[in-house]
Amino acid sequence: MNEQPKQFKWVGTRAIRPDGVDKVTGRAMYGADLSLPGMVEGKVVRSPHAHARIISIDTSKAEALNGVTAVITAADMPVADSKPVASGEAMINFKDLANNVLAREKALYEGQAVAAVAAKTADIAEQAAALIVVNYEVLPHVIDVMEAIKEDAPVLHDDMFTGGVKPKPEKASNVANRVEFALGDADAGFAAADLVIERQFTTEPVHQGYIEPHAVVADMNPDGKVDVFCSSQGHFMVRAFCSQLLHIEMSKIKVTAAEIGGGFGGKTTVYLEPLAIMLSRKSGRPVRMTMSREEVFRGSGATSGAAMTIKMGATKDGKITGAYAELYLQAGAFPGSPVGPAAMTAFAPYDLANVKVVGFDVVSNRQKVVAYRAPGAPISEYGVESVVDELASELGIDPIEIRSMNGAKEGTQAAYGVKFGTIGFQETLDAAKATEHFKTPLGPNQGRGVASGFWFNIGGESCAGIRINEDGSISLTEGSPDIGGSRASMALMAAETLGVDYNKIKPSVVDTDATGYHFVTGGSRVTFATGMAVVEASKAAIDELRARAAQIWDVDVEGVVWEDGHAKPASTNVGDFEPMSLAELAKVANKTGGPISGHADINAKGAGPAFGTHICDVEVDPDTGHVTVLRYTAVQDAGRAIHPGYVEGQIQGGAVQGIGWALNEEYIYDENGCLENAGFLDYRVPVASDLPMIDAIIVEVPNPTHPFGVRGVGEVPIIPPLAAVSNAVAAATGVRFNRLPLSPPTILAGIAAKK
Amino acid sequence: MAKHHITTTINGEEAEYLCEPQETLLDVLRDQVGLTGTKEGCSSGDCGACSVMLDGRLVCSCLVLGVEAGGKSVETIEGMADGEDLHPLQQKFLEEAALQCGFCTPGVLIAAKALLDTNNNPTETEVRYWLAGNLCRCTGYDKIIRAVMDTAADMRGA
Repeated sequence: MNEQPKQFKWVGTRAIRPDGVDKVTGRAMYGADLSLPGMVEGKVVRSPHAHARIISIDTSKAEALNGVTAVITAADMPVADSKPVASGEAMINFKDLANNVLAREKALYEGQAVAAVAAKTADIAEQAAALIVVNYEVLPHVIDVMEAIKEDAPVLHDDMFTGGVKPKPEKASNVANRVEFALGDADAGFAAADLVIERQFTTEPVHQGYIEPHAVVADMNPDGKVDVFCSSQGHFMVRAFCSQLLHIEMSKIKVTAAEIGGGFGGKTTVYLEPLAIMLSRKSGRPVRMTMSREEVFRGSGATSGAAMTIKMGATKDGKITGAYAELYLQAGAFPGSPVGPAAMTAFAPYDLANVKVVGFDVVSNRQKVVAYRAPGAPISEYGVESVVDELASELGIDPIEIRSMNGAKEGTQAAYGVKFGTIGFQETLDAAKATEHFKTPLGPNQGRGVASGFWFNIGGESCAGIRINEDGSISLTEGSPDIGGSRASMALMAAETLGVDYNKIKPSVVDTDATGYHFVTGGSRVTFATGMAVVEASKAAIDELRARAAQIWDVDVEGVVWEDGHAKPASTNVGDFEPMSLAELAKVANKTGGPISGHADINAKGAGPAFGTHICDVEVDPDTGHVTVLRYTAVQDAGRAIHPGYVEGQIQGGAVQGIGWALNEEYIYDENGCLENAGFLDYRVPVASDLPMIDAIIVEVPNPTHPFGVRGVGEVPIIPPLAAVSNAVAAATGVRFNRLPLSPPTILAGIAAKK
Repeated sequence: MAKHHITTTINGEEAEYLCEPQETLLDVLRDQVGLTGTKEGCSSGDCGACSVMLDGRLVCSCLVLGVEAGGKSVETIEGMADGEDLHPLQQKFLEEAALQCGFCTPGVLIAAKALLDTNNNPTETEVRYWLAGNLCRCTGYDKIIRAVMDTAADMRGA
């Protein structure tokens, strides 16, 4: 483990974020806020059918409309090969991505883009869109995951044969892939159990629900260079995907990261960006495109609905002896549900000898699912944490105690392959148990639920530059879109490392021409990986500062140390020199070799897995079925909280998204496979009056591979709430619903069935 | 279609613009007047990101037509700070990390200010219900509610 300094001056403080004033005064520029001279507005034509063959598209009337500058269909787009291409850490099938961006032969979901127009005003663009005539042959559709795997289900892709099974199936189906992870012998584990519980669960599809709709401005020059300004979780991802889809060299595409109004995984792919570039190329003008809220719900984001079987066995004193999970996750129209991570995380919080997890990636006629905060884990861990709760309750064991008895710790072999290093699961359980909340008595119709969660967290590519300006101020450049205060964390880590005032550092998220490749802002990686790059860049700058002092003092660089923002002689043997501050060294930099800087371009390894444990109190109204969350505590191991305010914010926000998933949120389709609740009125995300305060408790078990001990933070907190809420509802009502959301009709029906 | 010439007051200054009859105040503010601090999250009055004050009343600017602002007074997020001096709510939101992505923040601040202008001692429940029309997907509302209540306490103490 790294030697941790006893006390930090900047790390762990609640500094004001560098981009804060811009964001409270309305100055910050989000995706839709840019206007360029001569800019036209783009609009997408979307499929009204859940599944239909595109027979023809007639764009002539739209093209003839006064004010229209360009119309595009898939015919304007290069045809992509159907093969997975490595893009960052992800494997992307660009044929699927191309079809998702603009349908070619078939529309596979309601809301899929089939054409786009650009016109002088948004109104004209809308009129033009209505003049585009698409001739469809409507095909039978399927939405539900268990319907989609049936023998006679409508098949979305007649060239798709289930992967991961041998021999290769003879018949195409909607099952894209099968995954399996196993450790020991699950059946032997069940044989050794005194109590075996097997349950089936379902969860409904939910949307990330970022408040900022997707938005982009693209401007293609006649020489083929493209400027893109857009809201995304990774402008390097936008560059890579647009380059692949449109066959434009990466160096010709410059993407500038707009401020991003929420993403939660949903902005880790492209929708409008390639269309805007194509429309700009065709119209010779900058093109702005924004999605309406309805388009966001129908045509973007969303994660899987799922069905699963969870089986766990334990001895009468609570030792879990065997565990089995079978998971079916909707991928949407193209393969790629988060069933892999769902399967890997399912039992990861526990130290189990006998585990088997099987997962199926199933396509159906919904939008292609995109990452949503800890993709897959909330689903599978909901089932597992519900069964763990039932085991505890049947065996008469405290729910935190059963988790402590079986919890993963350093050295635990996880079924998905890794052996855990230093982890803090036990510490979250201890902290949860010690809360006053956990000991507070409950009233009638009230119940308390506990659940835990695990997420891997990732590292990946990040770059950072530290430039020491002539006046001793510092420009910090990096390329991870700041989705929730990361500029502050970067500046805090740089200030701590350099030994300078936080306010001397100005961090900037720079464009794709100005820094190296960054993987997306996702996987809870930015404070860890980009933070690591910032620390390394700061150290490189310190080495240069030491070298400059050594030159001035005419001593060896080894004779100079860096302490508290000053170069000092390492010992009295080196000589008697007055320490030189960073500002003093900056001032004379022109005489010692020119500008001083430090850079680091890294692929960060060693992200620290993280765990959380949540406690939820609810009251259920037996007459209406309404569930009120009375009290909520979320404990999480952050490794090290660089900015505790924004760490708490991640924990609180994630918990509330999980509460929404548990209680309110779901996609509702009509019999034609069309979405019936594509708006915030009917797709109900939690509002302020639905909630109590969310007590966030940060536990710090430092990650030994990060210079300050950082683990990822953002994803874990959405995992436990699904089961914490439903375990609380079970305690309050005496009914285990085993399905989400726990909306009033579901609750009432469950209570009635019990009677 | 003929455009309407509208004269109004925006953030205390006289302003005029030409707008189509169907254009919303939100579109006018963002596209004609150049005040993009007011955000569009849904265009159906469900998210509150476009909250502004119209003659002292809290409204969703996506549900008001541009022509309706004629002769009235509009206050947007751009008018909340007094030069370099932030409004106490703006300052408190920064100090207490009450924003993450910041997209809902302008609307939340406008709505919170409207509350504190009439009630400087709201209960937690009052703040929660007052802000129930302002969706935030990042924070879980905890720090927003606390920042509003702490600002109110400061204002009472001042």
